[in-house]
Amino acid sequence: MSESILGVSDLRVRYGRVEAVRGVSFEARRGQLVTLVGANGAGKSSVLNAVSGLLRPAGGRITFEGQDVTRVPAHKLVRRGLVQVPEGRQILATLTIEENLRMGGWHAGGRAREAIDAMYARFPVLAERRGLPAGSLSGGEQQMLAIARALVAGPTVMLMDEPSMGLAPKIVDEVFRVIEEIRRSGTTVVLVEQNARRALRAADHGYVLQTGEVVQSGPADELLADERIIAAYLGGDGAVDQR
Amino acid sequence: MQQFLNGISIGSIYALFAIGFTLVFGILDRLNLAHPSVFAVSAFVGIELVERVGLSIWTALPVVFLVGGLLGLVIERVAFRPLKNRPDAHFAGLISSIAIAGMLIALLQWRYGPDTRRFPPGSFPGTDFEVVGARVTLVQVVIVAVSIALMVALTYLVTRTRLGRGMRAIAENPTAARVLGVNVDRVTAWTFAISSALGAVAGVLFAINVNTAQLGMGAAIELKGLAVIIVGGMGSLPGALIGGLLLGLAEVFAVEYVGSSWRDVIAFGLLFAILLLRPQGLLGARKVREV
Repeated sequence: MSESILGVSDLRVRYGRVEAVRGVSFEARRGQLVTLVGANGAGKSSVLNAVSGLLRPAGGRITFEGQDVTRVPAHKLVRRGLVQVPEGRQILATLTIEENLRMGGWHAGGRAREAIDAMYARFPVLAERRGLPAGSLSGGEQQMLAIARALVAGPTVMLMDEPSMGLAPKIVDEVFRVIEEIRRSGTTVVLVEQNARRALRAADHGYVLQTGEVVQSGPADELLADERIIAAYLGGDGAVDQR
Repeated sequence: MQQFLNGISIGSIYALFAIGFTLVFGILDRLNLAHPSVFAVSAFVGIELVERVGLSIWTALPVVFLVGGLLGLVIERVAFRPLKNRPDAHFAGLISSIAIAGMLIALLQWRYGPDTRRFPPGSFPGTDFEVVGARVTLVQVVIVAVSIALMVALTYLVTRTRLGRGMRAIAENPTAARVLGVNVDRVTAWTFAISSALGAVAGVLFAINVNTAQLGMGAAIELKGLAVIIVGGMGSLPGALIGGLLLGLAEVFAVEYVGSSWRDVIAFGLLFAILLLRPQGLLGARKVREV
């Protein structure tokens, strides 16, 4: 078993008086794909935003590569290799595709150029339109740009928040193919998804969240095989939980 | 022709001042009302540098640029950063920057008293040129050249450099910028420093142009600067340039052909007329601002 690269214990996130995350613990081992699944409002995104440094946790501890990073701001974590692909893609629509990718390499310095060229080779559609505003891309292309932009930063752990949201089924397949490639390249991935079945099929290990707590966890194939879990927490057919 | 050249020279100072104003607004969505006081302080500092330190007015310019940049850092740190997470951060920053402006002007009055100050005699080169029948002084040429050089440099910075990309990323989506690893506080501080440095150079150029520095000079240009950035299109750098030049020309021609008491009526009347035709400003994006 490989070492733990990202550890979260007893994480708490509060918005005013509302506690959105209530003592969540999980870990990701080097090279694993770990997924946090659960309905809308279960606290998945809050967990991810606390880990990436966008939100200040109200309590708990986050370790990355063996060091405590609980209250380290986002920009320092990106430099250290903990990179997030945020919910809703958050591409910079008025900047060009090239500029978006260069923003991905904010801390990468001279390595960025090589990484950007590698992304153009992997995603030819981005290369063709590198000089155009990123807002001119379709939703699926924007998601590819968001992923490519995060990869330019050279992540050791990639946090992905709902990468399949709002995309057509064919594009979702393509997104999951890319996620699989990223994992195979050795990058650890923490994937947050409402599309539970799909995420568990791709993952090594899964955690089921409900109202801010982990209610089930285990190897992804076991969670997937347990119809009761799917039915109880992830919606009857489990394909896409819209709630 | 003579009036046209005079208008360009004063207009380029307005433009430089307004570009500093609109830079902070366009990128950070904050109106820094301490900007006019930086304009005034730097005029006095410029005169002091020439009078006491013995610099020539030209070598004083880069020093004033740095002083302005430092003032910008102080303004950001004191008036804006502590309030940035408040839900009413726009309004709070507006008020706290007015307070900083009041303090800076009070310090000026304490140091220099209420009187008008001038550069010591002989500070200006007497050189002038004939340009198609009009007389242009070397001072005017330098004012326009410095303003244009700074505006070109700023445009390069914003469109071509890493810092400029960071600024535009923050302007569009601060959360995305943070996710990408941008130290938003640091880029914000740089933005204030550059904005204030431009405002400071505008202030000392203004003082050179009329050989006068007064406590009220910041207040006098404040409304003009705001009008220029509204007419140019909020946050638009080229818009502020065009707006500044237009205002300078309108003022000079109003004084020449109508009378000096009509200057503001004509100049601001023209700006209103532009807004009636183009409510979003000359180069403003046609978008509705959220909140």
